[in-house]
Amino acid sequence: MRLEKRTQTSPLALLLAPLGAVGFTLLVSALLVLWAGAPVARTYALLLQGGFGSVFAWSETLTRAVPLILTGLAATVAFRARLFNIGAEGQLYAGALAAVAVGGLHGGTGLEWSPWVLFPLMLLAAALAGALLLLGPALMKSRLGVDEVVTTLLLNFIVLLGVSALLDGPMKDPLSLGWPQSVALQDTLELSKLIAQTRVHTGLLIACGLAVALWLLFKYSVLGFDIRAVGANARAAAFAGVPVTRTVVLVALLSGALAGLAGAIEVAGRTGYVTMDMSPGYGYSGIVIAMLAALHPLGVLAASVFVAGVLVGADSMSRAISVPTYIADVIVAASLISVLVATLLTQYRVRLK
Amino acid sequence: MTPPVLRLQGISKRFGKLLANDDISLDLHAGEVLALLGENGAGKSTLVSILFGHYVADAGRIEAFGRPLPPGDPKAALAAGIGMVHQHFTLADNLSVLDNVMLGTESLWQPFSRRTAARARLLDVAQRFGLPVQPDAPVASLSVGERQRVEILKALYRGARILILDEPTAVLTPQESEALFQTLGQMVAQGLSIIFISHKLGEVLRVSDRVAVLRAGKLVAQAPAAGTTQAQLAQWMVGHAVAQARRQAPLKVGDAVCTLANAATAAVGRDRLANVSLELRSGEIVAIAGVSGNGQVALAELLSGTRALAAGSATLLGAPLAARPGRLVHQGVARIPEDRHSVGVVGDLPLWENAVSERLRSADFSRAQWVRRGAAQRHAQRVLQSFDVRGGGLHTATRALSGGNMQKLILGRALLAPDGRPPRLIVAHQPTWGLDIGAVTYVQQQLVAARDAGAAVLLISDDLDEVLALGDRVAVMHGGHLTDARPAQDWTREAIGLAMAGVAAAAGEPA
Repeated sequence: MRLEKRTQTSPLALLLAPLGAVGFTLLVSALLVLWAGAPVARTYALLLQGGFGSVFAWSETLTRAVPLILTGLAATVAFRARLFNIGAEGQLYAGALAAVAVGGLHGGTGLEWSPWVLFPLMLLAAALAGALLLLGPALMKSRLGVDEVVTTLLLNFIVLLGVSALLDGPMKDPLSLGWPQSVALQDTLELSKLIAQTRVHTGLLIACGLAVALWLLFKYSVLGFDIRAVGANARAAAFAGVPVTRTVVLVALLSGALAGLAGAIEVAGRTGYVTMDMSPGYGYSGIVIAMLAALHPLGVLAASVFVAGVLVGADSMSRAISVPTYIADVIVAASLISVLVATLLTQYRVRLK
Repeated sequence: MTPPVLRLQGISKRFGKLLANDDISLDLHAGEVLALLGENGAGKSTLVSILFGHYVADAGRIEAFGRPLPPGDPKAALAAGIGMVHQHFTLADNLSVLDNVMLGTESLWQPFSRRTAARARLLDVAQRFGLPVQPDAPVASLSVGERQRVEILKALYRGARILILDEPTAVLTPQESEALFQTLGQMVAQGLSIIFISHKLGEVLRVSDRVAVLRAGKLVAQAPAAGTTQAQLAQWMVGHAVAQARRQAPLKVGDAVCTLANAATAAVGRDRLANVSLELRSGEIVAIAGVSGNGQVALAELLSGTRALAAGSATLLGAPLAARPGRLVHQGVARIPEDRHSVGVVGDLPLWENAVSERLRSADFSRAQWVRRGAAQRHAQRVLQSFDVRGGGLHTATRALSGGNMQKLILGRALLAPDGRPPRLIVAHQPTWGLDIGAVTYVQQQLVAARDAGAAVLLISDDLDEVLALGDRVAVMHGGHLTDARPAQDWTREAIGLAMAGVAAAAGEPA
């Protein structure tokens, strides 16, 4: 069996590919639902309702989507330049911590300035923290050829342990009754709610704005061309005069900054302080989302809402029926695999020898 | 007449819409050299890949020595006595000649390797066919010609009775090629049959008994080599009469545009400049001959701004040569890289972006870091039109282009400045490699036209015919050194061949 490149792709195949991917995902997940002894149709109905069935469901889904959009964008910009940043999780925590360090309550941390100054400063600090965390691996990759997958992945554990130490040490909230939890952000720095009585916050607008900005950058700027050219063929890019090392470093700064902002906006919009469980793997989910979106910034928006909806819906579904919430992970993973396979099949045909 | 040793009947193979082999029937007789001639993409490689079992034909059958050959099974092809010598060698550099020859011939379950017997057999085969080797020499220490000899021995050691040689002279000096031809004669005298694949007309007539010509997947002609002319072969190969490229004297040779004095670069692999001096003058083509891997890449990259000078000096238009592609392009250097697919273009990006990629940073195509898409796409359209790039529009992914059209795109990007200024220096590295004859002629005409418009042209080529056809002055590269560039008429093919092999020429040139 082998793959043969298609000379051209029919429009029908392009239409059928995503539908086939969705169908396959639902099929695979249905087997697990059956295994759990639950009715398939009802499970899916409850899941859909829990994720998208009401204003409240939508508000929860969109709240969950905000950090996913930002980490998805972080992975998108890096992967486009073939900088495989697996460290968004660590960068997110570094950003969250930097945000609290600048804007925390006056218990040893935080500054006593006007929120008009402090809020941008807080975001800047978070972006910088994430960016600097990725700068080292990027420089090591372009100067010494050190594999960034390894360095960024391992940095996650270092950062998480460091955060843990700080939460139990200098940044610990004295009022937390011994819980490892950081000092809280000043009230004035918290993002306001988009819909009253829900948790959806204006961070959603920031995330959407950044997605559009990144799309414009890719499409219309010289740097965008550089990123796409370096990612597609670095030798040809260098021949055409693209400064390859500089591009990789800029991409690293941009990607790290987006992941750092995810942390800051999560703190300012939802939690108010940093704990060790504030991210259930948003950094890693960002990679899945970027791949689902085929590395398109606007696709990241749709993919994030989809993944967030499945996660939120599964939570609500598992309260009503005997299917564990982990079905959400299966659905997301299966959808990634089927989208990748479907994309492959639009470009190649399988030949049985 | 004895029955053929190899018989192909009605072989067809289709890749998507492309009919790579269309109902090809061909016989090979014992003791015969059959040349398989055709342009790139004519279907030669597909045909031998089917023969050797790498591909399965959609239709047709193959008989070797009267017995049908099972399709898609290289092992069966080997067992039937078919040996293949690939253009790119398949040798392990760190192993000895004997190890390479034995590799894969012994069962994994055999407890001890029978090296003594293998050595005796190798020496016997080598002696019988006149291919002397040192069994214990590491392959890394061998010259290209010697490595090819090992490849041939590998096939003979396995008892090949039919030998397929894929473009065997592409990497050889003229003298090495001549030695190869004599070896082929000896092998044929021993009863072997040979399929010799080439697109070089002269050597085909020199070496073969019979010529089969492929064009666009079809077998268009078969003829005895004796009594066939190069012009006839070319016409079969292309489908119409071909005007041979002929050197025209330069109109007016002007001042030096670019000068290298004792230039040296760092090595990438073996490829480096050791100590090169060269003057490129306006209105003149300087052609560099040499076996690839002797510093040509370093020379091309130095003048393209992608490799830095390590010692000596390099000046362009009186100022030091910048190691920055963008700056060089701005100064009027038109660059045509050797590897159009992996260096020339970014295949995933659309045609229009590749057509302006070199000048994207200039004010013509960007303002304050934002691309002026309108201006860029208008210019790209002009490039596509002026250089007759077919096979896609502005937004087609560049990888979809054929080699010839991709080369035209690169040529257009390099030669057509948005302000209409003609190029001052053209650095063309293997600009016609792998192109069909129509595209070859087009590229060569463009280079000559640019020269006549006053550009200094550096043409680096493996193809000696091209060097002699286009070069006003010719220099030869070997081991990072360059001979003096002398007028083309002062060189003989023999002298160039000696210089390519690193032998000091009769005139006492330092090689």
